[in-house]
Amino acid sequence: MNHPLDVTRRWFLRDCGVGLGAAALQQLLAASSDPLAARKGHFESKAKSVIFLFMAGAPSHLELFDNKPQLTKFDGTLPPADLLKGYRAAFINPNSKLMGPKFKFARHGQCGAEVSELLPHTAGIVDDIAIVKSMVTDAFNHAPGQLMMNTGSQQFGRPSFGAWVTYGLGAETKDLPAFVVFSSGKKGPSGGNSCWGSGFLPTVYQGVQFRGSGDPVLYLSNPRGIDNEIQRESLDAIRAMNQRRLEVTGDPEISTRINSFEMAFRMQSSAPELMDIGKESKATLDMYGAEAGKPSFANNCLLARRLVERGVRFVQLYHEAWDQHGNLVKDIAKNCKDTDQACAALVKDLKQRGLLDSTLVIWGGEFGRTPMVQGGSDGRDHHPNAFTMWMAGGGIKPGLTLGESDDLGFNATKNKVHVHDLHATLLHLLGFDHLRLTHKFQGREYRLTDVHGNPVKELLA
Amino acid sequence: MYPIFRTAAGLALAALVCAQTKPDFAKDILPVFEQSCSGCHGAKSHMGGLRLDGRAAAFQGGVSGKPVVPGKSADSLLYQRILGQGGQARMPMGAKPLDPAQAELIRAWIDAGADWPESLGSRDAGVAKHWAFVAPQRAPLPAVSNAKWASRNPVDRFVLARLDKEGLAPSPEANRATLLRRLSLDLTGLPPTPAEVDAFLRDKSSKAYEKQVDRLLESPHYGERQARHWLDAARYADSDGFEKDKPRWVWFYRDWVINAFNRDLPYDRFLTEQLAGDLIPGATQEQIVATGFLRNSMINEEGGIDPEQFRMEAMFDRMDAIGKSMLGVTIQCAQCHNHKYDPLTQEEYYKIFAFLNNAHEANVTVYAPDEQRKRAELFAEIREAENDLRHRNPDWPQRMAAWEAKVRPGQPVWHVVKPSVDDISTGGQKYLPKEDGSFLAAGYAPTKHRAKFTTETTLSTITGFRLELLNDPNLPRGGPGRSIQGTGALTEFEVEIAADGNEEKPKKVKMVRATADVNPEEKPLDTIYSDKTDKKRVTGPIGYAIDGKAETAWSWDIGPYRRNQPRKAVFVPEAPVELPKGGKVIFYLSQQHGGWNSDDNQNNNLGRMRLSVTGSPDPTADPLPASVRDIVDNAPPAKRTPEHEHAVFSFFRTTVPEWREANENIERLWRQHPEGSTQLVLNERNQSRSTSILMRGDFLKPVREVTPGTPAFLHPMPEPLRTEPTNRLTFARWLTGRDSPTVARTFVNRVWQNYFGTGIFATSEDIGRQVEPPSHPELLDYLSVEFMDRGWSVKKLHRLIVTSNTYKQSSSVTPDLAAKDPYNRLLARGPRFRVEAEIVRDIALSASGLLNAKVGGESVYPPAPDFLFQPPASYGPKIWKEEKGDARYRRGLYTFRYRSVPYPMLQNFDAPNGDFACVRRSRSNTPLQALTTLNEPLFLETARALAMKTLGEGGKTDAGKLVFAFRRCLSRAPEPQEKDRMLGLLARQTERFSAGQANPWDLAAADPAHPPQLPPGATPAQAAAWTVVARVLLNLDETITKE
Repeated sequence: MNHPLDVTRRWFLRDCGVGLGAAALQQLLAASSDPLAARKGHFESKAKSVIFLFMAGAPSHLELFDNKPQLTKFDGTLPPADLLKGYRAAFINPNSKLMGPKFKFARHGQCGAEVSELLPHTAGIVDDIAIVKSMVTDAFNHAPGQLMMNTGSQQFGRPSFGAWVTYGLGAETKDLPAFVVFSSGKKGPSGGNSCWGSGFLPTVYQGVQFRGSGDPVLYLSNPRGIDNEIQRESLDAIRAMNQRRLEVTGDPEISTRINSFEMAFRMQSSAPELMDIGKESKATLDMYGAEAGKPSFANNCLLARRLVERGVRFVQLYHEAWDQHGNLVKDIAKNCKDTDQACAALVKDLKQRGLLDSTLVIWGGEFGRTPMVQGGSDGRDHHPNAFTMWMAGGGIKPGLTLGESDDLGFNATKNKVHVHDLHATLLHLLGFDHLRLTHKFQGREYRLTDVHGNPVKELLA
Repeated sequence: MYPIFRTAAGLALAALVCAQTKPDFAKDILPVFEQSCSGCHGAKSHMGGLRLDGRAAAFQGGVSGKPVVPGKSADSLLYQRILGQGGQARMPMGAKPLDPAQAELIRAWIDAGADWPESLGSRDAGVAKHWAFVAPQRAPLPAVSNAKWASRNPVDRFVLARLDKEGLAPSPEANRATLLRRLSLDLTGLPPTPAEVDAFLRDKSSKAYEKQVDRLLESPHYGERQARHWLDAARYADSDGFEKDKPRWVWFYRDWVINAFNRDLPYDRFLTEQLAGDLIPGATQEQIVATGFLRNSMINEEGGIDPEQFRMEAMFDRMDAIGKSMLGVTIQCAQCHNHKYDPLTQEEYYKIFAFLNNAHEANVTVYAPDEQRKRAELFAEIREAENDLRHRNPDWPQRMAAWEAKVRPGQPVWHVVKPSVDDISTGGQKYLPKEDGSFLAAGYAPTKHRAKFTTETTLSTITGFRLELLNDPNLPRGGPGRSIQGTGALTEFEVEIAADGNEEKPKKVKMVRATADVNPEEKPLDTIYSDKTDKKRVTGPIGYAIDGKAETAWSWDIGPYRRNQPRKAVFVPEAPVELPKGGKVIFYLSQQHGGWNSDDNQNNNLGRMRLSVTGSPDPTADPLPASVRDIVDNAPPAKRTPEHEHAVFSFFRTTVPEWREANENIERLWRQHPEGSTQLVLNERNQSRSTSILMRGDFLKPVREVTPGTPAFLHPMPEPLRTEPTNRLTFARWLTGRDSPTVARTFVNRVWQNYFGTGIFATSEDIGRQVEPPSHPELLDYLSVEFMDRGWSVKKLHRLIVTSNTYKQSSSVTPDLAAKDPYNRLLARGPRFRVEAEIVRDIALSASGLLNAKVGGESVYPPAPDFLFQPPASYGPKIWKEEKGDARYRRGLYTFRYRSVPYPMLQNFDAPNGDFACVRRSRSNTPLQALTTLNEPLFLETARALAMKTLGEGGKTDAGKLVFAFRRCLSRAPEPQEKDRMLGLLARQTERFSAGQANPWDLAAADPAHPPQLPPGATPAQAAAWTVVARVLLNLDETITKE
């Protein structure tokens, strides 16, 4: 059935009912009439909210985190033939020359994690994050790759990670959407709207796109000619009329409609308040590199923190700029300049506010880049066999570097983490057994990890 | 795998068991089955069609085959699966593995002959067939408590029988206004006008309601309403999806669906034409358009993709759509493995797949009815002009023969080369090699690139180079170019020679002469190809391809229809090229005449091309079209058909100088040829593709070839069809067979769902074993049989349902009933729920009088925020030309649908975006919806328009005006307390605006600087205050709800 009530009811009976006392069950029952009512996962967890910094276009692991001196050594030579067996590349002939990393690396922090010179700010937070150098995925084209990272499937139609989390945990605030999405950079993500879609879950769980300036939500402001008094009076009249209809028909859905209008009105004041980063201290703005009124990735990072503070469950920031088939040196340096400081500031800021423990921060793109050159000597093609991501907070083990790729950065070799494993781990941190966070559709139980995935224990604090 | 024999304990146990010669079935084996297997493979559930609770059933086996080969444990699936062998999930699935000792007992039991005494376990041999896989039978009408209530319509008998069982009684009939509003919204998606309500209220005849039903079923808006449901299932959208998400023009399919419902095309034919319209003998344009259903899949033209991979993705999507929308069975799972719950094997999945796997992904030109008429006229006129020419020149046969004799000999001998393509040079476009030596451009379409082809040849002296441009069904409008018109532009044709085979240091060949079979005059490049430079880019005759200028290009665009014919060009070097053995020829096809945005439809590339060389002296491009050349060379006059002769004459006449006037007249007629639109369709290939089972659905991992076939758990292929070609048409005829157990049930259930909010079985996309028990199984079967017996008439099905007392009940609910039956599955009341996204909009437009009721045509662009269609909100810049005229007030159905940027208003109200088939929408109730109806610009326009209409037409008094506005929104007059509330609001607002506390035109005028003309006697303050009232009315729950 498609009634949200029903979805929720089935969800908690199946997924939360085991081992619950009668009283707790009653409580859940009461809360369940609202599909966005806050609820708990399968077990206690630290992480309550998620900020996913999605570096769309796929950043080069070889220029940022995965230092490969051997690749420098073999620069200009062809890769070993057995490495290329069964390998498909998007644009290049796989048998193209190797290209050494373009930037210098150094060790940082107490943990001694290796980070490239392009990320001086990230280098400053290495003791707070866990770097995974052995990520692998199945897709090597952007749209399928982004869908894979966001929904666990290359095919359209599956709910996004954010939708699953919202479905599982509900919302902590009624004044803002539970799942908020920002977009910055050159363009929108290749996977489009489906990156934050609800798939076959009820639509209330889909991400809501916010704009970095102006009205964050579409149609938030009163239109011209409607002042606050008219709006309030109109809403009062709508409520009175709806109330009357509720008496006549007895349809409880009208109560929900009444609530929706009230929430809309509250959102009209809470959302602009949220967006007003001018209220932040100069020190905070400087830390992020944010500037009120000038939309940027940095502003979005700051807004992400403000959203999490206000109880928003899932925030996703897309920065689509990392597809360096050519012009690698210049463009990747610019991208790092646009994002490095704010990413690090976000982690530091969450930490200093005591929010990092309950907020899971994830940084990464849909795949990595080839050790082989594309074009002349300044580009890399798409590469799914090894790439790097980092995570922080929410029960992630800080100061950890996990996994390795081979000497050329071609294949993940040690502690391989597939996208499905990443999802299983992130769900675990949010209090879910990924095998049990399911939704029945088309006669079967679906889950984010499909039929795969194992939580990576090494990543857990 | 479970490490059974690795542990010492395991070994010890194994030894122990082996010592015991033969396990005792009753003591050792059956308890294991009962404890660990029967949950899923027992009397109640037989996953994979397998039961392990009785001898007969167990030995019969399931979908994967027989579980036990007596005496051979290693070959027995049962034993393999409990060990987790064979790449399949270990059994018991999702539970703890069997104890090693238990597994060993099973091994020993099998090896000892698998003795299972008949007396032990269930004797039930069979795996009971799931009810939905047995064809529906007309159920007898059940006895009921209230014969009168249920006397008129069998639907009521089934519903009441269930209510009787539950101790419930039906609700009284809804009042007439409510009923007509419900009926109008259900059948047409538009509320009744107050006049229609009045007419119904006045009609005291016994058939008053039936008359309304007939009227609404005959309304052209009926088709629109029904089409929208089907378009969800058909995942219709106006763009490609994926990253580029380019616009596509496929609205002919949308209109085909609307028309099909309006003319009540029988449902079996409705499905057949969508699956195989192109294969119906003498297929009409309409029937070909219908195959657009299968082509509504997304297309990925992202850089670096493998086109075959995404053709396969599209195939999977088609399978899914057929499963959900037609068969009502989830078949997607079997893409990777045997279906877990339903008896569908992976092999059977690919056998269905094989029926569908033999088509071109075609893009054809289609013509609207007026264009079709125009074409028929033109062709007749041209024919007449040619006949006239023949008539006036009776010696034409002799002259034509003489001309043929002259053009027949002396054609150069061309050697087709099969070069390799340099990957980097193509800018990401794939050049797919074809058997005839040509290449088909596919995948990403760069707007500027210079493709490099390298080849050796057996010729030692080359006197000329030929480029042929060929049609291909997979190109836009059949090509031969790749632009949306099927045209293209060749900026430069260049050749280099590496005489020593060293490609690093080739020598450029200077071309001195170029000929082509078409040489249009110079014209500036179309604006869609603007590259945002101020260069004067032009296309023109073939000389432009060897003039060394980046601004000029050869194109073959000589107007609609004739631009989509094959073309050729020949290039002659300054001196014959000497090519030693091992020497290489390098061709460059420079294509620089596309636009600035490769994320839009701006490529101007060649589509399918073939390169040849010749050693014949002084070669030129054959002016004769290939088809004419074929007749002239190969068909002696005596053996020609009139059509042959006509084809030759049509070309011949153009070569006769003194027929210039006639030729120019005909040329003028050609220029009137309509443009037409496009449609993505399927077009059967002559050569079959082979289909294989794919390991985990991976197109690079074929396992075993399969032939087309239907799954065993559904009805058999009827005898007469078994000798037919195994193509889509045969598949469609099988699928729509009268004995199909699921097709009628699936559709009937969705129709029911649209009326009552939930289907008779709730999971309308899946009627398989996992389906929840239907609320009224006999009713489902009754309706299904009735539907088929009445010739699959959808209108008759609707009439049957809406004339039931069940449908006509009041939707008011008591707290008791709401608690007992919250989702109204028992139907002790009428349906009440919020209408669908498009209808929310249509109601506001209709109430305000703004609605543009035009049916069909190109999709439209109502107001939307610009930034949504620009990066970084969108991947690429998208076109959204906001409609300025009344096209902005078209029904929601016609709103242009970008998959990656859904129209916000529709998205907020749960409209699916067409990424995949959807047969059941979510129905949410959110603050974003409230913000939309309160603040979205178009909704505000409707409030203003309703206010002005009310002031102008609502009578003299405020009370009268309120009734007027109220009825336009809700089809009923306000109750006294509602009236007081609204008039109070009106009075306060009028006072505020009159007192100058707010500028009335800010609210009441689209442009406050140019306020509209007010009706006589009305003041701006009134206009503003009524706008406030109208906005409130348009935002009421009841306004957007079907009661």
